[in-house]
Amino acid sequence: MQSDARDISYADVNRDVVRSLVETGRTYYITLATAITVTLVCFFFPWFYQLYYGLGAAGVNHPGVWGTYLASFIFWIGLSHSGTLLSCVLHITNSSWRKAMYRSAEAMTLFSLVVAATMVMVHLGRPWFVHWALPYPNQMELWPNFKSPLLFDVMAITTYVTGSSIFIYMGTIPDFAAVRDRTTGWRHHMYVLLSLGWRGTDTEWNRLGWAYTFLAVLIIPLAVSVHSIVSWDFALSIVPALHQTIFAPYFVVGAIYSGTAGIVTVMYMLRKYMDFGQYITKLHFDNLGKLLLVLSLIWTYINVLELFTGWYSGTSTEYEALNYKLFGYYAPLYWEMILFCAVAPLLLISKRFRTSFVPMLILSILINIGMYTERFLIVGTSLSRQYLPDAWGLYVPSLVEISILIGSLGLFVTLFMLFVKIFPSISIYEVKETLPEPEDAPDPAPQIGAPEWQPTR
Amino acid sequence: MSFIDDFRAKWREYRRPGYYEEFDYAWTMTIDLDRCTGCEACVTACQAENNIPIVGEEAFAKGRQMQWIRIERYWEGEYPDVKLRFIPMLCQQCDAAPCETVCPVSATYHNQDGLNAQIYNRCIGTRSCAVYCPYEVRYFNYNDHHWDAPLDQQLNPDVSVREKGVMEKCTFCIQRIRQAKDQAKDDDRRRVRDGEVQPACVQTCPTQALVFGNRLDPDAQVTGLMDDPRAYHVLEELNTAPSVVYLKKVEVDAV
Repeated sequence: MQSDARDISYADVNRDVVRSLVETGRTYYITLATAITVTLVCFFFPWFYQLYYGLGAAGVNHPGVWGTYLASFIFWIGLSHSGTLLSCVLHITNSSWRKAMYRSAEAMTLFSLVVAATMVMVHLGRPWFVHWALPYPNQMELWPNFKSPLLFDVMAITTYVTGSSIFIYMGTIPDFAAVRDRTTGWRHHMYVLLSLGWRGTDTEWNRLGWAYTFLAVLIIPLAVSVHSIVSWDFALSIVPALHQTIFAPYFVVGAIYSGTAGIVTVMYMLRKYMDFGQYITKLHFDNLGKLLLVLSLIWTYINVLELFTGWYSGTSTEYEALNYKLFGYYAPLYWEMILFCAVAPLLLISKRFRTSFVPMLILSILINIGMYTERFLIVGTSLSRQYLPDAWGLYVPSLVEISILIGSLGLFVTLFMLFVKIFPSISIYEVKETLPEPEDAPDPAPQIGAPEWQPTR
Repeated sequence: MSFIDDFRAKWREYRRPGYYEEFDYAWTMTIDLDRCTGCEACVTACQAENNIPIVGEEAFAKGRQMQWIRIERYWEGEYPDVKLRFIPMLCQQCDAAPCETVCPVSATYHNQDGLNAQIYNRCIGTRSCAVYCPYEVRYFNYNDHHWDAPLDQQLNPDVSVREKGVMEKCTFCIQRIRQAKDQAKDDDRRRVRDGEVQPACVQTCPTQALVFGNRLDPDAQVTGLMDDPRAYHVLEELNTAPSVVYLKKVEVDAV
């Protein structure tokens, strides 16, 4: 149970959450309109130009054939990692503090994956043929290449999207039902459909509990495998700085790290703009702060190890790649990354820092900037210094790429803004589990009251 | 269950040890660096033969030049005592090519001639093959190219013009190899004779530094040259098993 007892009742939870769905303020519309505009102007417009002109619209060139699109892809996949993964881990370890935040965290997962998939489309030279990477039966008996790490990617990400969509949807069914019973008009009809006829019987709760725990256990290894596989896109190559066995754990830790920071950012926003101050408390920030601290330490360790491996290899190519990364053209970015992701998070040692909202917000944003830099450096510096010095070069992102990067943020925000008005962004029934049961006052809608099932204890 | 049987038969065939080493031909090129003068005639010949676009000044400055074969220049030593070395670099047609494993749609694959073939129509433009290639000899079409009025008449009809978003690279002039094989078939011969087929670069080389042939043929000129003590592969330590063999330059001082 929550330590900081709040004097809110079951009815308050219902009211607050339904209010967040039904009552829409000016700020919301302004934000949504801005996000949509940014998406259209900064994402779709340059992308269409690029489709028309060819990938030359981006800054990619001969040694640097991969650019920020791929960096963004890894970044968004990484950001997706904390939501569902964290929610699953906290679910099976019975951490009750998860309950107020997991819905939005899972939504973040889903939308990051959507944006990541879009980034793949942007990255491809001929995205209109992307379906060729899927193993579908065809007259030509052509299959994709199952040896390719890129194909592993397609498989892993498709599975992950499917898994996390089912997970978030299934966990929301009782809440859809709760909202269904409190709304009218078109919203009511929508929630009737979405709640799949949920009545809140014991059997239903029991089944939901089992299925939910089952999926949670299933998704954890899936999430770990997804980013390992993304790392193999790089590690299976023989490019000097990329051909390292540390890459899979490196990417997984990096993903969870940036994902957790992302959750902190989103929670701050929800708290501030959706008035969820009673539900998302200092406790959540404190716990996430501890998690961030641990992750930053692991991340730093792996980074040092990566440098060590390069140095220990003793080959001139690895030395050159290392030297370019640390002291080359993009060296300022490298040291910025170290500052934001390895040094700044040490502040989290202090509890006062962890429990103050604005510094946590700033730190979480800094971490994600640092993590984006990391992804950019993986793509941007490694390819520039490969085996043949004649083919060395420099990759600089073009305006189209920068604009699409900003636009992808807009796309993410747009999707998230739409989500908070359709999905109850705080789990009604799980938050209620953390509250004291009402003594005499009957619940306005008894069928969705406190669930009888207990998660596997 | 003919499908299963079929699959099993294919599986057995593909899993047979040595399957991948067995080629109808194993086209090989030797490049004698002692003979090479760095004149870049091969580069020009390749450009003409394979419909390689001239990208223009701006794209060149961005590092987007297309040269299926290029002359790499390396300067050695400090100013008064400088040496210029050069080495023609083209697709090494590796037998264990890193680029082949990474393509998600198998647009690049190994054919029965031991060539690393690229199917332009199948390419979706992930560009991962270019990243995986340690020799940096894969070139990407960053945009559609056009040939101004009279120049479009000189395009080689045997070679396709590549679309934007497609990767391309040296094919060892596969169109010429095909022609030679067809010719051999028409003449009721089973094999292409040594010297019957030459890629454009080999044909053009004024010093005959480049020699092309089938290394499975013990009498071929390349087979002899491959046994030369000067023979080496570029980046041999990466185990890509290249089909291009370089013959080291003889150092006059060292002799």
